[in-house]
Amino acid sequence: MGWLEGRFEESVITTTLEQAVNWARESSMWPMTFGLACCAIEMMATGASRYDIDRFGAGAFRATPRQADLMIVAGTVNFKMASRVRRLYNQMPDPKFVIAMGACTCGGGPYYKYGYNVVKGVDLVVPVDVYVPGCPPRPEALLEGLMRIQDKVRAMKSFTKGQPIELPVPARTGYVQLPEEISDPDPVKALEKANAFDKQQKEKATPAKA
Amino acid sequence: MTSAEIIARLEEKFGDRIREKNTDAIDPYVVVDPIDLVDVCRFMKEDEQLSFEMLNCITSVDYFEPDPKKAPKAGFEPHLEVVYHLSSLSKNHRFVLKVMLPRWKADQPGELPELPSVHSIWPGADWHEREVYDLGGVWFTDHPNLTRILLSEDWVGHPLRKDYEFPLEYHGIRGR
Amino acid sequence: MATETLPKQEDNIVEIDVRTDEMLVNMGPQHPSTHGVLRLVLRTDGEVVSEVTPHLGYLHRCAEKVGENVTPIQFIPYTDRMDYLAGMNMNLAYSMAIEKLCGMKIPEKAQVIRVIICELNRIASHLVGMGAYGLDLGTFSPFLYAFREREMILDLFEEVCGARLTYSYITIGGVHDDLPEGWVEKCRRFLEYFKPRVEEYHTLLTRNQIFIQRTANIGILPKETAYQYGCTGPVLRGSLNREAGDPVWDLRKVEPYCGYETYDFQAIVPPFPEAPPEAVIGDSWHRFYVRMREVIESVKLVLQGLERYPDAEGSHRIEPPRHLPAGEAYMETEAPRGQMGFYVVGRPSKDPVPLRVRARSSCFCNLSVTNEICKGCLIADIPAIVGSLDFVMGEVDR
Repeated sequence: MGWLEGRFEESVITTTLEQAVNWARESSMWPMTFGLACCAIEMMATGASRYDIDRFGAGAFRATPRQADLMIVAGTVNFKMASRVRRLYNQMPDPKFVIAMGACTCGGGPYYKYGYNVVKGVDLVVPVDVYVPGCPPRPEALLEGLMRIQDKVRAMKSFTKGQPIELPVPARTGYVQLPEEISDPDPVKALEKANAFDKQQKEKATPAKA
Repeated sequence: MTSAEIIARLEEKFGDRIREKNTDAIDPYVVVDPIDLVDVCRFMKEDEQLSFEMLNCITSVDYFEPDPKKAPKAGFEPHLEVVYHLSSLSKNHRFVLKVMLPRWKADQPGELPELPSVHSIWPGADWHEREVYDLGGVWFTDHPNLTRILLSEDWVGHPLRKDYEFPLEYHGIRGR
Repeated sequence: MATETLPKQEDNIVEIDVRTDEMLVNMGPQHPSTHGVLRLVLRTDGEVVSEVTPHLGYLHRCAEKVGENVTPIQFIPYTDRMDYLAGMNMNLAYSMAIEKLCGMKIPEKAQVIRVIICELNRIASHLVGMGAYGLDLGTFSPFLYAFREREMILDLFEEVCGARLTYSYITIGGVHDDLPEGWVEKCRRFLEYFKPRVEEYHTLLTRNQIFIQRTANIGILPKETAYQYGCTGPVLRGSLNREAGDPVWDLRKVEPYCGYETYDFQAIVPPFPEAPPEAVIGDSWHRFYVRMREVIESVKLVLQGLERYPDAEGSHRIEPPRHLPAGEAYMETEAPRGQMGFYVVGRPSKDPVPLRVRARSSCFCNLSVTNEICKGCLIADIPAIVGSLDFVMGEVDR
């Protein structure tokens, strides 16, 4: 805060109003209880004991759209449901955010070709902020999606969601620890090891002749 | 009872009204006419030896090949089959009943073929028949509430017909 | 003494002294206690419900149309997504229908693995059923306890097939992979941990006085109605009475598949000596309790399967034929929610793609009975009754 910084006692923090509001907003995202299909079970698992979405301040699942900031569209949306999804979105107070969870909501998923009744992506119905692909995505992926929403909130410039917001560069990236059989500091050796491992697994899985 | 005994029992009662029987199939079945369907079903439920208390499932199968090049090799004449899977809990046996229908009533495309409803015998048939009407396109006469069950009320067409065309858009939402 | 002059109010009979106009109340499709996207239209007279009309189709995903356009092995992932709480059992049902059509004989080892995996999934599914039922009735803690154990089962599944929810592990001709090394030990350790936990659930939920008050003698489903509507699974078994000589209707007992006839287990049918005095056979409490008892039977089955696994003969999978034969086959298996049946018709021209795939959904039939059992109850009882049917909308709408 420039020249204001450090001019007061230790217990006084200076910040801008926007930052303070954004901080409050991002740490108490209230999602709506809105389970559609398979992904809803993963959403429940995210809220349950092991993954515990409450760590990110988003554990208060509200049954009514009037109290929610975040709609997690968890599962396939079909034409019969589409108008309801739109209506629920309209009932939410601003600023509101939407996570499209799962392949079906991102773009039709496995029902793209033969699903005569499936909406090919929920972004045809409501505006989507963050897409979380996967069928269904793991709870960690949903948490990552939630953190991206929080990044977005942090970058909000005004109190309403009206203006277009550039998504900031992600602060976190996924890091996967490889199993011991295929991890090696030398990339060439690691590749060889990975190939050998792959071959071995394939041999193991080959079915017997009938 | 074995399937052969069930078929014998049905033939003893109905004689010629059993149109066709197949004992070699994986699940042996008999074919009846649409007019006789309710009589046969009532007998199968109320007869003490058969006592089929449960209707497991009603299915419509559309035998039709939309591709004109493949149609001669398809191996069947275009028609519609409605299949009833029945089971008995007290006697512990199963049976399959079939009804053959034309694809369209009086060969007028758009006119649904008709079949009597069996919901008075098994009330559970209510929803099954609504589903068959909704997806397969079979009109059940004297059904109390024959409306679409899975698709919306204003949907056009019956999707499980082989010549069904997927909608391009529905209420302003792009379909493909 | 004003209280003495009042007529004595019988239990469970609601006095209607004020007539009100009929009202239509809409529940759903977005409602926290309808287990997904079910819409119920209640015709109510004051607080008393006179008619319930379920509206389905908010999750209709055209699975049957997909089934007649793809080959059987491509359709396996779609069966996962029908009943997403018990994907393994769905895989099994479809695989067995195709195997019946092709006349395949499955090696013993694959059968044993199938039994182990399916029973584990039955435990996981009933745990979610219990947790979600608790949520419907307004208690949150059983849900957390149920998911604690369920995550462990999902860890076991993840090790087997790599997925948490949609497994596609059981395929046509057996199972996709053999069990990994050391898995049997892990599974045993889990079961040892799990067995005493069931008692915890009973303390939390089953013997809870509030829970008993809300479920016992509510939503009674008579046996005859259950037959007529084609109810199966725990919903049917909760209405049967072993002592009155009713058939013990569990497909694993009456039409054994996968070698279930060689395992030692019980089909759970009331009466239960531990039932509270206010519970009647066929009510919500009995349906719930049948599920809880089935969990214990499944533990027994998994343990027996693990005993057999090391000595089981044959491979974990045989190769399926390339083309479907002509003909048709209907196969039903006992999934956690009832009898799941698949009806497959092969093309006479021997294409790899079937002519028709029909899924006979157990929840579809179980749900159709809603109107019968909800007549005359209070609005507050609707979540208790509908929750006790324990349906999954993905399977109802397909």
